[in-house]
Amino acid sequence: MTAAPPPIAFAHVGKSFDGGRGAKPVLAVNDVSLDVAEGELLAIVGGSGSGKTTLLRLANRLIEADSGRITIEGADVRTVDAVQLRRRIGYVFQSGGLFPHMSVADNIGITPKLLGMPAAEILSRVDELLDLVRLDRAQHRNRLPHELSGGQRQRVGVARALAARPKIVLMDEPFGALDPLTRDALGDDYRALHKKLGLTTVMITHDMTEAILLADRVAVMRAGRLLAQGTPAELSNSGDPYVHELLRTPRRQAERLNVLLPRGGPA
Amino acid sequence: MSRFSDPRWSEALAHLPDYLGNHVRVSVTALALGLLVSLPLAVLSRNRPVMRGALLGLASIVQTVPGLALLALFYPLLLALAELSLAWFGFGFSAFGFLPAVLALALYSMLPVLRNTITGLQGVDPAILEAAQGVGMTPRQSLFMVELPLALPVMMAGIRTAAVWVIGTATLSTPIGQTSLGNYIFAGLQTQNWVFVLFGCLAAAVLALAVDQLLALIEIGLRERSRLRVAVGGIGIAVLVAATLVPSMMRLQSSYIVGAKTFAEQYVLSALIAQRLRAAGLSASSREGLGSNVIFDALASDDIDVYVDYSGTLWANQFHHGDIKPREELLGELKATLARQKITLFGELGFENAYALVMPRKRAGELGIHSIADLASHAGPMSMAADYEFFSRPEWAGLQKAYGLTFRTQRQMQPDFMYAAVASGEVDVIAGYTSDGLIAKYDLVVLDDPKHAIPPYDAIVLLAPKRADDQALRAALSPLLGKIDIAAMREANLRAAGGDGAASPDAVARGLWEKIAKR
Repeated sequence: MTAAPPPIAFAHVGKSFDGGRGAKPVLAVNDVSLDVAEGELLAIVGGSGSGKTTLLRLANRLIEADSGRITIEGADVRTVDAVQLRRRIGYVFQSGGLFPHMSVADNIGITPKLLGMPAAEILSRVDELLDLVRLDRAQHRNRLPHELSGGQRQRVGVARALAARPKIVLMDEPFGALDPLTRDALGDDYRALHKKLGLTTVMITHDMTEAILLADRVAVMRAGRLLAQGTPAELSNSGDPYVHELLRTPRRQAERLNVLLPRGGPA
Repeated sequence: MSRFSDPRWSEALAHLPDYLGNHVRVSVTALALGLLVSLPLAVLSRNRPVMRGALLGLASIVQTVPGLALLALFYPLLLALAELSLAWFGFGFSAFGFLPAVLALALYSMLPVLRNTITGLQGVDPAILEAAQGVGMTPRQSLFMVELPLALPVMMAGIRTAAVWVIGTATLSTPIGQTSLGNYIFAGLQTQNWVFVLFGCLAAAVLALAVDQLLALIEIGLRERSRLRVAVGGIGIAVLVAATLVPSMMRLQSSYIVGAKTFAEQYVLSALIAQRLRAAGLSASSREGLGSNVIFDALASDDIDVYVDYSGTLWANQFHHGDIKPREELLGELKATLARQKITLFGELGFENAYALVMPRKRAGELGIHSIADLASHAGPMSMAADYEFFSRPEWAGLQKAYGLTFRTQRQMQPDFMYAAVASGEVDVIAGYTSDGLIAKYDLVVLDDPKHAIPPYDAIVLLAPKRADDQALRAALSPLLGKIDIAAMREANLRAAGGDGAASPDAVARGLWEKIAKR
């Protein structure tokens, strides 16, 4: 075997949670096997309680797996220090997860700081990242998170995830709470960054349309199981009724949009 | 004449550097110690529900103990510890004043700090905690970079509450020998000096408000990332502490400390002794308002040098004798007992301040009551009042046994108020003090004790072990021995308790000396 190991690989991974007093444990992730190839943007789609967020957190050991094996760049995550692992994987949290008491610059520079980067270097890195996520340096550097709009916050969240030059980025419903226009712009911008920086990205979303538009491949989860994975075209050949159900919405939206917005219009 | 030209204001002001300095020192030390203990405990217990519950429960229980009792409890506790430490490790420490006050107050400060720190840490959004983990923070980094900064406003609110409580409660450390702004209050209450009481309360309130506002400045500064505010608040606190440390640096360590219990006569006598020492060229300071259980132990362990006690009090309360002996015999035996503890019974001042049953002269005449024996047959429907300790003292048990006394009701009262109460018929009989000038003022009569159930209470001067062979001290005090008769003391006490503007204990003591010096 000469090929490099995949950046992220799940092999027969299982995780259950204590269901509270007296209740049966809940199987959040049930025997999932999934490889993410280098340079790929993979979207994991599923409803709430499907186990998609749990799966994501298993990758950087925010949660520990019960069974199976997870490897990052070929190494079993259990053999590496969890803190070190997290510092080399970018993570974008739902609605930002910014530290409210830190300025934009301090938020973005946090992981480099934890890694011991000199302060002057962090400053120039922060400016570089503000450019990258298309926020005005002078205007945003010293603001506090609560002074930003939702879209700006999420851009800072992306900048923070990229600060320590990770190869891998994990995103937990990053654009879910944004208005459609902002969401669209941010999605496109991220897609461009992903390409430019040669990242490997796993993105969680409950929105199949978003997944199809942004991702190279889509994985569908339900009740802890991986139902299907593949390019959008491959997915539409899946025999699974739930996958079909999920695909119906974007299809119907596309058809209606075609009718309502005839080609050749001014936009 | 304006109220503010009252000489007591300037006298109160003269004490301020000493009282305020001591007050700030004990409060700041207690608060610092409280924080040092509470903050790590709160952090440790934030993810441990059992420990958290136990800590908060314990702190709440401490809070329900009245401040005065908590402070008083620490004195015997530390005294026992000091003895153990002396026996085991060869060194002792002073269980008097500063140490017990600091420990009790620190304990008192713990609840708000613990509660608010735990609440503050628990109030941090779990999503933020996860983000801290996600960007690669260790638990320690998460605590110091995210959780504590976010919890800080709530924590500071707790620290401010604790500061105000400690500064307020520190006024109660006077009876265990720690000088504080409480000295004004205790002395003022005993000598009916309302200027002092008011001054003490105001000073404590102003201090508490000032510290609270400085801490508020720091809190706002931290929240709004304003270094200026934090610096101003911090410097303000530092200046306050520094300013109060200066006078204590200048204080002479070799001075004689004169103790006084918590009533007017004691304030006058300690002022008299201090004056005599200064007249002899010795430096002297007073430690006033000490609890009667504290003052004897303080003398025995050399924390104070000299004070006046009463033979019957020591006989019955300190040495737990159930029997009563004739005056001379009792004094002789007492002297020997005290000598075994290396305490010198230097001599008698010449008067007795005994407990006595007292009632209005007119009423006693009408009922034909001259002695306690006469009273016994009338006592059934009567009510009686006494100070806070009398009914638990052996003298009361002795009286009941000797005369078969039973009253309908027994009430405890502030000593200054009971004379007025018996004069107005509010109560029928009181346990008064024979040297109290109010007996004459209200035309009361002291009932005879034909069975000698109450022991003699000669006022005696006691010297600490380390002063046993101090000739300068003896020379300065010997002119007082045998010179103060009951009439002179009654008059002095009446003036001291009279609420007269010029009658500070110091002034009264000077008057008393002028009267007796010629004898």
